[in-house]
Formats: sequence, C-alpha cells, structure tokens
Amino acid sequence: MTHGWAGHILRVDLSRGKATKEPLRLDWAEEYIGGRGLAARYLYEEMDPSVDALGPDNKLIMATGPLTGTNASCGSRYMVVTKGPLTGAITTSNSGGHWGPELKFAGYDMVIVEGRADRPCYLLVDDDRVEIRDAAGVWGKVVSETEDAIRDETGMPELRVAGIGPAGENLVRFACIVNDKHRAAGRSGVGAVMGSKNLKAIAVRGNQGVRVARPRDYMSAIWSYHEHLAESPGRQGLTELGTAPTVDLVNTFGGLPTRNFTAGQFEGTEAINGESIKDNWLVANKACFACNIACGRVTQVSPNADKYMVNMHPRNWKVAGEGPEYENLWSLGADCGVDDMDAIVMANYLCNDLGMDPISMGATLATAMEMYERGLLSDEQTGMALRFGDGKALIAMTEATGFREGFGDELAEGSKRMTDKFEHPEYFMGVKGQEFPAYDPRGFQGMGVAYATCNRGACHLRAWTPGIETSGEYDPHGTDGKSVWVAEEQNRTTAHDATGICMFTTAGAPLDDLIPVLSAATGVDYTMDDFVHIGERIWNIERLWNLKAGLTAADDTLPKRLMEEAHKEGPSAGVTVDLDAMLPDYYAARGWTADGQPTREKLMELGLA
Amino acid sequence: MAKSLRIIPEKCTGCMQCELACSWVQTGMFQPSRSLIRVNIFDEQASYAPYTCFQCDEAWCMTACPVNAISIDADTGAKVVGDANCVGCGLCTIACPFGTVFYNPDTQKAFKCDLCDGNPACAVACPTGAIEYTESESADWLGGWAEKVNESYLTSIEGGNAA
Repeated sequence: MTHGWAGHILRVDLSRGKATKEPLRLDWAEEYIGGRGLAARYLYEEMDPSVDALGPDNKLIMATGPLTGTNASCGSRYMVVTKGPLTGAITTSNSGGHWGPELKFAGYDMVIVEGRADRPCYLLVDDDRVEIRDAAGVWGKVVSETEDAIRDETGMPELRVAGIGPAGENLVRFACIVNDKHRAAGRSGVGAVMGSKNLKAIAVRGNQGVRVARPRDYMSAIWSYHEHLAESPGRQGLTELGTAPTVDLVNTFGGLPTRNFTAGQFEGTEAINGESIKDNWLVANKACFACNIACGRVTQVSPNADKYMVNMHPRNWKVAGEGPEYENLWSLGADCGVDDMDAIVMANYLCNDLGMDPISMGATLATAMEMYERGLLSDEQTGMALRFGDGKALIAMTEATGFREGFGDELAEGSKRMTDKFEHPEYFMGVKGQEFPAYDPRGFQGMGVAYATCNRGACHLRAWTPGIETSGEYDPHGTDGKSVWVAEEQNRTTAHDATGICMFTTAGAPLDDLIPVLSAATGVDYTMDDFVHIGERIWNIERLWNLKAGLTAADDTLPKRLMEEAHKEGPSAGVTVDLDAMLPDYYAARGWTADGQPTREKLMELGLA
Repeated sequence: MAKSLRIIPEKCTGCMQCELACSWVQTGMFQPSRSLIRVNIFDEQASYAPYTCFQCDEAWCMTACPVNAISIDADTGAKVVGDANCVGCGLCTIACPFGTVFYNPDTQKAFKCDLCDGNPACAVACPTGAIEYTESESADWLGGWAEKVNESYLTSIEGGNAA
C-alpha cells in the first residue's frame, strides 16, 4: 500500500483505443517526488525528444504530486508535461482547481496519453472504469460549455473536467488545458497537444482516498504549516487583493513591460491594479481545492463592456468569470497599452473560454501592434488597425486567434513564428519561442538570467527575483549574486512543483514547513538538502531532454532589445541586461560546462549517469 | 443551551478543507466522497455553500428508521447512527429533507454528522470562519431560514399572479 502516492498510473493509447492501469515506478517516485519531476522522468525514459510536438508520437502527461488531494494547503496542483508546440522544449504547465485531486481520488498519480484518436473523443475516468468516448457532441464547444455538456451527457454532475476549447482544437500554439472552467495549465501550448490527439477532455470522478504514512506526525506538521500561512502578511495580501497589487510594485521599479517592452512603466496602472479590481469588478474571491489563501478573483464585466461586442461568433459570453490575475492584467493591459478594464476583463474571459494563454495572447498581439505602428504590417495584412491602447482590437484579435480567422491565424502561431514570417524577428520578446511574462529584466536584472535559462522558455515561476531584488538585499540593476541565487531558487521551486502544492504558499509559509509534511505523508524521510537535490536532479533531466531535442546554449539568450536598448525614462532608465556577465556564473553554479552541458560528474552526483 | 453548527456561506471560498477534515475523521484518509459535509459550488453566482446535518428537532431520519438505530447523544444533542443496530436499509437517507444522511458503500451502513463528540473537525479546519460551532437557542436554526425562503417564494408567486 502506498502513502501520499496513489500508486498507479493510467496509460491511454488513443491510436489503439486502449486504456491500461499500471503500477507506479515507486523508485522513481522517491527520487523525483511526483508531478513535474516524476513526469519528466517518464518522458525522458519513454519518448524521443525530437518528435513533432503536434504529431502522434508526442506524449501528454498530466501528473499530480504526493500531496495533491491531501489537506495540505494548497494541494490542488497537477502538472502537464509534454513537448511544447510553442518552444520545442519540455514544458511543465501547472494548474490548480479540483481536477488533480479528483484524479488522485480515482486512484491515479498521473495520466499518460499517447498516439492520436482517429476522431474526436474524450476520456471518462470513474475510478477503475475508463472509457474513451465519442466527442461528437462536445467538439467545437467553448471550455465552460464543454464541461457542462459532458456532465449532462454522462449524467454525472460530480465529474471534474480538464479539456480544451476551440483554440486547442485549432492547434493555436499557446492553447491551454483548462479545468474547472477557469483554472488553466496555461503556457507553451499544452492544449494544442491535446487537440492534436483529437482529445477534447479528460473527465474524472474518484471515490477513493489519499492515505498518509504517519498520521500523527502529518497532522502536527500540517497545523504548524497552516498556522504560519494564516498569520503571514504575504498570504493575507493574496487573499485580500489577489496577485494584482504586483502591478504597482513592478511599475514602481520601472519593470512593468509596456507596449511590447518599449517602456518600463505604464501610465494607466491605476485603472488595472488590485484596488481597481476590488472596487469595480470583484464579486468574490475563490479558492482552489484545499487552499487556505483563495487568491482567485471572481469578477463581473460592467454594462459598459457592451461596446466590446464579440462579432464573429455571436453568443452570450458569460458575464461572470475568473481573473484577470496580474500576468493577464499586464499582457492584455500594459503590454498592449490598454487601460480599459472592461476590455481586459472581456479579453481574459475570452481566453479562458476559448482555452488559450492570455500571456502569450497579449504579448503576441503587442508585438503585432508594434509592427503595425512601425508600418511593418499593413491594414490589408491585419484586416484592421492594430494600434496600442485599442480595446476593440484586443477583443477582436483575441477571438480571431482562438478560431484562427483572418490575421488571428498568424497570431495563433505565437510571436516568434509571426515575427519570423514577416521578417522582423527583432520584435519577438521572449525566450525559446515563448513570450515573456510581466517582468522587464531591465528593472529586475535577475529576471534576465532566470528567463534565459528556464527549461520551458521565458517564465516567471521558476526563479522569481523581484522579491529579493526589491528587498534591499540586492541591487535590482546589478548582476552580483543573481546567477547563484537563480540556480538555487530554480532547484527549490522545481522540487516544490513536484509535491503538488501551489507555489503561492511560499508567499506565506517557509519552505521548511513543507518538508515534514511531505515526509510524514509519503513515509520517505526527506531533508531540506534531499529536497533541493531532487530539484536539481529534475532541472538537469529537463535540461538533458532539451539538449536531446536539439536545443543548445545558444537558446539561453534574450532579445537584443533587452541587452542593448535601455529605457529612457523612469527608475530603470539607462539599464540594460548584462547576460554575458551572468550566464557563465549561472553555468558554473550549475556545475555545467561553459557551453551549458551538464558535466559527467554533475550527472553522477545526481544519479543521472 | 446546546451548541450547534452554523454556516455562513458568504465567508466560504469553496476550498473543501471541511470535506477533507470530515473524511479524515470518517476514514482516516482524505476522501471527500466519504465526507458528511458537502460544499455546493454555484459557479455562475460565485457562491459556495457547505451543508451538513443541522441536528433538527424534528428528526425525520429517526422517525424513518425501522430498527431505532439512530439515537440522540446526551451531551451534544447530535443524532447518531448506532452501527451495531443499523441494517443499512437507507430509509433515513431518503427521509432526510436536507439530504445530509448518507449511505456508506464500504460499511454498508448509514452515516451522518455526529458533531465529532462536541468538537466538529470541519469547524476547526475552516480557514475563513465560515463554519462555527456555537451556542444557540435551538439547534434547528435552519428552520427559521427555511421559513423565510418559503415566505419570499410564496410572495413571488402571489406577485406573479397579480401581474
């Protein structure tokens, strides 16, 4: 009998129409904890990294951690691990809600989806009963309607559904997998992988339980962890205002990328910050499973939003939904120069319901807007004026992208491919094909090396430096100590991701609180050193995977704009990113060669050679 | 004065900590399908409502039970299913107007909230104070609320007829 881990995986071969229940490799579970780590181990073992991300040979893994489904706050997470269609790299896309815990209750730590169905289907998992069902009744539907329709069709109101909307079906390269209507494994196009397999959704109902190995130790560790979380100002801030106050923090330091990174401060922040949302749009805050924070914002569009009609596919788009969070406020707001919250909220709902990543959506559109304003894209090409600050363009292009209509078909490829096609790659703002999230490394130097080295392309969640860079401990514009901190933090967050616990708990409870919880749940005695070592092992196996996929040290880079063009105004004026100074230190801190290859000694130390 | 469970839906965020705590007490595992408190999520309204047995004065579960397996705990006033007597017929689960008596397929017996012998785990676990275990005149506080709902329902029907 396993504890923490459910002990089984579900393997679904869509080409053969077969689903099988297999025992979990427990030796790997101990060495990689779960979620992101365990899935990376399976993917490294089973799949050739050079396959086409949208072909039948790519595998789609949805993996929980040993604490997913327990009462450990916020044990709601699952990780989607696959080859990303946006990046060509291994991607690790995380989501909360209720789907991950439900999969554990059904008795599985992860699902591995292989092959491609010959017609649209969805998967129904009810404990040991697994069916590959015809999706004719739900294909084409938006995310929220898909979920409702599957519940109606099966007569199972308790089903938890993770699936794709039109964007995933249309292979938009930044389509998400969305569960519980508003929670998304958002980045790198994992939804397009699901779509490429003709898989609309995985609907799960579980009646079993998650056991812990040492109940008394476990509960005492939980109480202290939850108490620290309850008392912390970081947690209280997230409960009160969600992630949106980051708008003000980042803007103050000149690190809020504005109009495709042509400025570091946005003049419209008062309209899009935490207070604005709370006063004008918030209905309630909402928690994921077992979450004592409840950062989720349930919002409602105002009657003024009527001016933003969704034209091409008339339908009654929902008036209440979730978000926007900080990242989306930035991508759909500041990055596109839009300060009208009605447009931002509406575009955010569209992204949720069409099933695509609002970060990449906004960032790709911002790139197109810059090119349009520079005269590099014509009205004939775009079909409409794409000017910064135009809310109507934001709504129209968001919808067009989800359905790949008109210029939306170009945007759906992501800004890397779009700028390549129109022969101006210098306007692509991202790394490894993935658009940057909401921090300008010219305001926070450390984000430069964090972005450049992240295994899944530009990402803020693997080593979030603004916290330490605004604390007074480090100079936000200097390079000193940043590389070492980033490498260590990447190891910590990677191990954290493997547990099934939400990253936001670290805003409140110290990481030391989590180790005894993990140990008592699994029965494996992990120390903090073990934990960080496991994070490093996972980081390196992802790196090895990427090297096999054809990525090299040349991909650990940043756009020229960040390294050569400084902002002219604001607190970050005159600063450029000195990646040349930081990258060698980073490779050294990792124990890699000067060209970014893990050494044999390092791999031996990590048990990877 | 007896203590009773009071639920304040406005404070609930839908996190399910109460379900997890309850299932832990019932099974020693985290198993929401065996929880005796259930959180209803009304997504479109952004409203979350935990509900469980309110230990009503007029306990239909007791009336329906053919073998007198449900008794009243002298200390807490909770209506408690006695496993030794319960034959698993499920009549109490049908009789309960609130749907808060459940059938446990593992034990093949009925099970319902017994107020954890006076220290309800759901109330302890709730991070937002949406579930309180407090003194009240009657355990049957939901009755007043039901009357209010009924009244406004009748008014709305009458209003509809008049129009």
